[in-house]
Amino acid sequence: MDFSLLTALNKERSERRAAVLVTDIGTGAQRLILRSADTSADPLHEELQRRFRSGKSGMVELDDGTSAFLTVNVPPPRLVIIGAVHISQALVPMAEIAGFDVTVVDPRTAFATEERFPGGTLKAEWPEDVLKSTPLDPYTAVAAVTHDPKIDDIPLIEALKSECFYVGALGSWKTHGKRVERFKAAGLSDAQIGRIDAPIGLDIGAASPAEIAVAVLANIIFALRKEAGGLQ
Amino acid sequence: MTSDSTTTPLDILATAEDWKASGRNVALATVVETWGSAPRPVGSHLVIDDQGNFEGSVSGGCVEGAVVSEAIDVIDSGKPTVLEFGVADETAWQVGLSCGGRIRVYVEPVGPSAA
Repeated sequence: MDFSLLTALNKERSERRAAVLVTDIGTGAQRLILRSADTSADPLHEELQRRFRSGKSGMVELDDGTSAFLTVNVPPPRLVIIGAVHISQALVPMAEIAGFDVTVVDPRTAFATEERFPGGTLKAEWPEDVLKSTPLDPYTAVAAVTHDPKIDDIPLIEALKSECFYVGALGSWKTHGKRVERFKAAGLSDAQIGRIDAPIGLDIGAASPAEIAVAVLANIIFALRKEAGGLQ
Repeated sequence: MTSDSTTTPLDILATAEDWKASGRNVALATVVETWGSAPRPVGSHLVIDDQGNFEGSVSGGCVEGAVVSEAIDVIDSGKPTVLEFGVADETAWQVGLSCGGRIRVYVEPVGPSAA
């Protein structure tokens, strides 16, 4: 591999951008395809798009009878939790153990304290401000757990408009019904609103905050592994 | 950022870049195909330098020795190669990996071979 290609690939990886390295294993010829690139004219277009979704590396047969290896690099999954609440205190360590980069966002300084959320995962800011600097990408899950529409609604709407792989919102059926009305009024389609995991989490009868965290993480992993096609 | 693969010491592509940047001659091995119950998935990397140092894995430890010696040849020649291993041979059984898998490994030099 050309050293400049390796440094370019590592730069994409460090910036949480997906990239595929295409290697002709007969000749050793290589090229790097960025997720942001327009591949519509590329003979591997459909294959590349599939790989960006699945995150899986593998061999591909080309039309001319040769074969190439696709080294697929997608970012580690990220979880953005809206709300520095009791459930979040359990969900952060669980999600980190499961391999997620976790960020907790809550503008309420009574909740968003370093003591409750040690380790640098916390942003005591409004979600809309955080999303400006770190936009939602296809390898990101969003779970909104404040119960407060003033805080939850904007990041939920942004998440539903984005390609992020999971969107969940805490609240009863009644609370969710009101949320659906607000989101319809905000111009979201039924299909977009239907993506919300609500009431949040896998139905395991979770009662305590920690049990609810297990249920939420279960559905996030389900979305990542089953629905998004098995990101690595 | 505990799970960011680009910041962990076991990030093989970052290690390859670091080693090359520090002037070492480096090869990269990648699992490109597997059959049966191979121990490491497609896309797994092993980085090797011309002194035989390596990081990462392409199997559960059973064929790394062979890959490292081939990789040193690849660094010398500057030409990539494809290796194929049956993981269920005698050696593999001795280290406890009688899993019956086979793997193909692509080994390539990093950077201009003259560098």
